[in-house]
Amino acid sequence: MHKEAAIREPLILGEVSYKKISDDISRPIFGKANKYWWILFITSVILFMWGISCLAYTIGTGIGVWGSNNGVDWAWDITNFVWWIGIGHAGTLISAVLLLFRQKWRMAINRSSEAMTIFAVMCAAIFVVLHTGRPWLDYWLFPLPNQFGSLWANFNSPLMWDVFAVSTYFSVSLVFWYIGLIPDFAMIRDRAVKPLMKRTYKYLSFGWSGRAKDWQRFEEVSLVLAGLSTPLVFSVHSIVSMDFATSVLPGWHTTIFPPYFVAGAIFSGFAMVQTLMLIMRKVLNLEHYVTIKHIEYMNIVIIVTGSMVGVAYLTELFMSWYSGVEYEQYCFLNRATGPYWWAYWSMMTCNVISPQLFWFKKLRTSLMFTFILSIVVNIGMWFERFVIIVPTLARTFLPSTWNMYSPTFVDLGIYLGTIGMFFTFFLLFCRVFPVLAQAELKTIMKSSSEKYKNMPAAHH
Amino acid sequence: MQLNLTYTFPSKLKTTSFVLMGLGLLLTILAFVFDHGPEGAAHGEYNHTHFWANILICAFFFMGIGLGATFFMALKYASEAHYTAAFKRVYEAVSDWLWIAGPILVLVILLGQFHVHHLYHWMDPSVYDTASPHFDNKIAAKEGYFTPWFFWLRTAGFMFVWMWCQRTLRNRSLLEDQAGGTLNHFKNVKTSAIFLVFFGFTSSVAAWDWLMSLDVHWFSTMFGWYVFSGIWISAMIATLVIVLYLKDNGYLEHVNESHIHDLGKWMFAISFLWSYLFFCQFMLIWYANIPEEVTYFQNRLETNGYKFMFWLVFFVNFALPMLFLMSRDAKRNRRFLITVGFIIFIFHWLDIYMIVMPSTVGRNPGIGIFEIGPFLLFLGGFIYFVMGKLTKAPLLPVNHPYIEESKHHSI
Repeated sequence: MHKEAAIREPLILGEVSYKKISDDISRPIFGKANKYWWILFITSVILFMWGISCLAYTIGTGIGVWGSNNGVDWAWDITNFVWWIGIGHAGTLISAVLLLFRQKWRMAINRSSEAMTIFAVMCAAIFVVLHTGRPWLDYWLFPLPNQFGSLWANFNSPLMWDVFAVSTYFSVSLVFWYIGLIPDFAMIRDRAVKPLMKRTYKYLSFGWSGRAKDWQRFEEVSLVLAGLSTPLVFSVHSIVSMDFATSVLPGWHTTIFPPYFVAGAIFSGFAMVQTLMLIMRKVLNLEHYVTIKHIEYMNIVIIVTGSMVGVAYLTELFMSWYSGVEYEQYCFLNRATGPYWWAYWSMMTCNVISPQLFWFKKLRTSLMFTFILSIVVNIGMWFERFVIIVPTLARTFLPSTWNMYSPTFVDLGIYLGTIGMFFTFFLLFCRVFPVLAQAELKTIMKSSSEKYKNMPAAHH
Repeated sequence: MQLNLTYTFPSKLKTTSFVLMGLGLLLTILAFVFDHGPEGAAHGEYNHTHFWANILICAFFFMGIGLGATFFMALKYASEAHYTAAFKRVYEAVSDWLWIAGPILVLVILLGQFHVHHLYHWMDPSVYDTASPHFDNKIAAKEGYFTPWFFWLRTAGFMFVWMWCQRTLRNRSLLEDQAGGTLNHFKNVKTSAIFLVFFGFTSSVAAWDWLMSLDVHWFSTMFGWYVFSGIWISAMIATLVIVLYLKDNGYLEHVNESHIHDLGKWMFAISFLWSYLFFCQFMLIWYANIPEEVTYFQNRLETNGYKFMFWLVFFVNFALPMLFLMSRDAKRNRRFLITVGFIIFIFHWLDIYMIVMPSTVGRNPGIGIFEIGPFLLFLGGFIYFVMGKLTKAPLLPVNHPYIEESKHHSI
């Protein structure tokens, strides 16, 4: 029998029953959207459309319309790619790693953060697909039967590894997310009255019957997928970091990059989860399920990963001096005091200093403060990638190749467009999908809800 | 049912630990006496580098076990873990070992400062002297960092704070047995958070200072985290093996299969972490092939005859846990756990050997009495001390707030 310690804070607050959980989670699907949802949705769609126009312009004219130039040949495209891929990491961490660690608090947040992962990876994919210059030839990245003359995928290139790492990550995350949704879709199917809706959810739930055998298979598949996804949490961003670290450029080639990128990815991912969750719990009335304690736990993950990123920054800085290599030393001097100093110091402030404020319990349990800081962290993490890419390429070994970079309206447009796309998808998700994993939540109702925890032992 | 909560140190095990220590000491002395250095070295110029390198390897490796257990103890407080409460006294006793091994390591390094051994090239004042033929401008550029007062402030300061945190956590844990309540627990949660932050920064710096600086021209930003993962896995193996030993002898009845399974998972997972860090560090340096960095692996793969040993360390520490501890049943099977545990324990010692030897002795000296002597000496000391510490406190922290949850642990 499971027994939960008294000092653990409850994870579901207030009155609770199996029926109430189903009611609360299916309400947004059966109800009508309010005014705020429409405002947010229309804004996102407009941004999305603007992004698509800029994207079409890029494809039609060529990537000369971007600000990238001969020296700085990677800039916003790769910054945005890495930023979005990083954001996706929290979903996999919550669904896979925290599952293996049996963290019950993950159950309130896993569904929407997995959704976030899927959408973020889609946004990221746009940039890598586009930055090749001729995206209609991108299928050459795959090792197809060789009908293109001497062309063959170069397996020595980390860019190639990226193609496989990211596509594996996307497919496994999608399958994991969908498997978890099956029993929840079935719950919606059972409650639906309109025939079309009932039919749709019937297909979506793959004819889930709720028999013991279904559950047993469900549990087994979840565990196997968690096992498969856990290495993916590490591998994807490690390989993204190798795009830089396998080079010989000072500031790019440093051995700490893989674990440091992984920590940074989880850091930014959790910040994005906070941004979304704080809005979602309010708009959809889920405050009893996504409690202050959940917010606090996520903030603690933000402190831990933020500090790891901080240690990595300082390690890099120290090693550049310690190495005695003048190119290394100049690279970091240039980052901190060169023409892009503002990017470096924004990154340091947002990523290293500001998360340390979460050491104060008052601040890490404050919703408003958490919301602001989650956005600050995401700004900081965007700057981190910018700092790694642009100032480094702007000042490489040969001073005659030095030049500055500034983005064009197209760069900005595509970036804003992906933010629009991300929110469009997320808002749609909130309306048609069960946003909390209700089947999982029901398993902890009797052990971890406020109501049951306060009951005398005999009533369990 | 009356639980057997007081451990008595059986005389047979005590004898074994004395035999190990005695044999180890004997071999160590023999090694020192018969160590004449390489052929052709002039009399009086040889500083017993081979001998001292082995002392450093063991001092660091065994200190790491105590430090790793302290880290694990703090981690489990900070992460509200319940299952570890059932075998908490075991890793507490292992962490106490830091009080013996920590000062020994500091002492071994201190002997270098007094030029008893010459493991650390930068401790030689002539490398900073422009007039000297030994002048080395790369080391001279780092003089500020290696100035004795600054180096010793770091070394002594880190060790002192780690040991102090360990003692505080352990004392409060024992106090909790008497006092009850949750006050001591929450105080420990706070101390643990402070320790983890401090450790997060200092464990890397310590690894640069004590191990990376043996190869003073070389640098790798990953090095600190890589060494840390090795420390962690060694501590997990020590804890797991002692838990299984105690269970075999009729103690720790409240530790069930699920606890063992979880400890097995740690061994499995940290092995992956170590392998991941090893691979990333190696692959990136190999791929970029920059002269300043690649020398480290050249010395281990091309020039000094370590090639076989180098790859063996990686493959054993990676493949063995992966193949043998992947399945659920294996992680609950004591024979599997102990066999894999013992082998990778030795191979993580060999990992430290791979870090130290090529940078100090140079050419692969092989594994002989120089290596086995100090290892047995430290191992015997470790067993004697840790098992002795286990007798000092009840094996179950009765007032730990998660103890009931831990007893009912089932996965």
